[in-house]
Amino acid sequence: MSNPSKDLNILLAGFGGQGVLFAGKVIAYGGLMDNKEISWLPSYGPEMRGGTANCSVCISDKPIGSPLVVTPNVFVAMNLPSFDRFIDAVEPGGVVLIDSYLIDKKVERDDVKAFYVPATKLAEENGLKGGANIILIGKLFHEIGFCSAEALDKAIEKCVPAHKSHLMSNNKKALEIGMHA
Amino acid sequence: MAVVFDKPKMLTDVPFHYCPGCTHGIVHRLVAEVIDELGVEGKTVGVAPVGCAVMCYDYFACDMIEAPHGRAPAVATGIKRARPDNVVFTYQGDGDLAAIGTAETVHAATRGENITVIFINNAIYGMTGGQMAPTSLPGQVTQTTPYGRDVNTAGYPVRVCEMLSTLDGVALAQRVTVDCVKNVVIAKKAIKKAFENQIAGRGFSIVEVVSTCPTNWGMTPVEALNWLRENMLPYYPLGVYKDTVKGARLNEQSK
Amino acid sequence: MKGNEALAEAAIQAGCRHFFGYPITPQTELAAYMSKKMPKIGGTYLQAESEIAAINMVLGAASAGVRAMTSSSSPGISLKTEGISYLAGSDVPALIINVQRGGPGLGGIQPSQADYWQATKATGHGDFQILVFAPSTVQEMVDLVSCAFDLGDKYRMPAMILADGMLGQMMEPVSIPSGEGKQLPEKPWAVSGHQGKRPHNVVNSLFLQPQNLEELVKERFARYEQIKKTEQRAEEYLTEDADIVLVAYGASSRVARSAVNAARSQGIKAGLIRPITLWPFPTDAISRAAGTAQHFLCVEMSMGQMVDDVRLTVNGAKPVAFYGRTGGIIPTPAEILNEIQKLAGGAR
Repeated sequence: MSNPSKDLNILLAGFGGQGVLFAGKVIAYGGLMDNKEISWLPSYGPEMRGGTANCSVCISDKPIGSPLVVTPNVFVAMNLPSFDRFIDAVEPGGVVLIDSYLIDKKVERDDVKAFYVPATKLAEENGLKGGANIILIGKLFHEIGFCSAEALDKAIEKCVPAHKSHLMSNNKKALEIGMHA
Repeated sequence: MAVVFDKPKMLTDVPFHYCPGCTHGIVHRLVAEVIDELGVEGKTVGVAPVGCAVMCYDYFACDMIEAPHGRAPAVATGIKRARPDNVVFTYQGDGDLAAIGTAETVHAATRGENITVIFINNAIYGMTGGQMAPTSLPGQVTQTTPYGRDVNTAGYPVRVCEMLSTLDGVALAQRVTVDCVKNVVIAKKAIKKAFENQIAGRGFSIVEVVSTCPTNWGMTPVEALNWLRENMLPYYPLGVYKDTVKGARLNEQSK
Repeated sequence: MKGNEALAEAAIQAGCRHFFGYPITPQTELAAYMSKKMPKIGGTYLQAESEIAAINMVLGAASAGVRAMTSSSSPGISLKTEGISYLAGSDVPALIINVQRGGPGLGGIQPSQADYWQATKATGHGDFQILVFAPSTVQEMVDLVSCAFDLGDKYRMPAMILADGMLGQMMEPVSIPSGEGKQLPEKPWAVSGHQGKRPHNVVNSLFLQPQNLEELVKERFARYEQIKKTEQRAEEYLTEDADIVLVAYGASSRVARSAVNAARSQGIKAGLIRPITLWPFPTDAISRAAGTAQHFLCVEMSMGQMVDDVRLTVNGAKPVAFYGRTGGIIPTPAEILNEIQKLAGGAR
């Protein structure tokens, strides 16, 4: 899975407000900065806060067919209901990344590669409340290199809106923590 | 020979199709005279309603659009937003303005849409053959209230000027009638003010003309005018309900 | 950029400065984008009191000669059908965007293609058609917006972009051509004041003499025939040697394409015709394929609407199968591959 030329079909899922959609956006922009074909598709529902949120990100050398990821080869789970709902859909040989602080379960399948990062706890400990999503991106980057390091930097800059630019250093710090988690 | 009376330039040569004694003809003429006097025909766009006045696009010599039933204020909004320098007016009846088009009327008014609305209130659907209108009076017999309008089942009439006068976007809300020379003169002044307001950018102006429908009321024109004075005017008092230029808010009966 | 935002920016670059709308999921980003952008470029964003009012504001603005548009989603489009019929009956061009969601009734808010019949057969009462475009990528949404404005102006008729919640919500790389210096066509029929220089213009759809009305409708249908000849658009993917030709548009065409690729990798000769114009329907491409393919498989996010037009076009020459999901569910490539395999099995 560390071969970035393979098509990446990434599914990120968690509670609304955890930054799942934002994390997906950073990954998609990372691919875009490397001149890949990309798509980002959020789930959307009637609720604005809370509830579940997930998003599909595809990165490929070829035009993206269906942007809806049904059988992900990368699955990032940020809460238990999402973990339970999608874990069996992961493609054999796929990668599963889990916020182990919020999900008190281990992957029982042996045909996927699982990584456990207590991202929410790490974020709190480092004064990066709400930064668990970015810590997970750092970890994912470290494990599968979904884009180049340069592209990832640019992606973060692109995704953080100008009026929140003071958060840039926090985001970069979160990435660092994730990469070494 | 000296010409002492002529058709306004703003009216085409097409003969009106209105019934004998109908007041549409008078109001058309007043609108046309006002446009002529203001010299704005070339930049005026009128919006025709659905109802008896549907074909007023043939009578007014300015550019015209025929709108869907009740939507004239929305259509006029579109024109005015696209061409703010144009003078835009709608000409609507009671069914069009106060039933199917209530939302469009109220919201154009509350937005302060800078347009002029001429509202013909004759308490009946004329073109479709005399059904109850939103402004039909309690007890009034129509094709669809054969026993008289029963307010317990059919509800009460809508008083449009009173309702709109509560909205901040409204510059002028005035109720007039054209039953006699004196009132025709007042009506023309009101219509002129409604257009002047638009040219000065003051916002939404509406002139409600309490009118007759001799055909569907089943009366002669003279009987209809008497019925109007005796029944309509007590329920729909004439006067200025709002005039931001004068600062008027309450009903100040025009003298 | 989200699909909905891309649609909005593309419209601005196409010269549209007048947007009238009413909030509805899943097209809200489009209106929000307009509300942010229009005031900065001297345009109009107006949140109307209803979808009915919004389409009638479009009727007014477009009649006054400017490029005007509205956007909505399925239940809102039902309300707009009154105004669309008047636009068509008055020969006034305008752009309507439908980011489809599940129906009928209030339905759901997830992506759907259940408004095909409405868009192509019944966007209002009366004898008329509108141009209907079905983009399948965010880039294509952008490209078709300016195409819809141009062709609408050319043929003096309303045009619709029939998108769906998936295309509206998703992000993809997109480049939006600048509209700077774009020349918009003259509209001598518009009602913007005669300035004493010409007879008065009337924008009207009322013709009480049946003979007059028939003549006008026939003139309009002659125009439609011309459009059918010259404006059909479809993308053909691996159809040349295909035994099984899928027909799908918009979101479902993307899934169908993935399924075609999967079928090819199993040695099944599958291909895809992707209608880009739904009206005019791309009968030429489908008729051609009817000569070479063994089977057609129409895939839609509905219970089967476009399949009627495919069957009319194929006219019994080859069997036309259907696979659809509805209610807001996007079919998966695996489901479609399964249908292809069934047909391939039957073909052997």
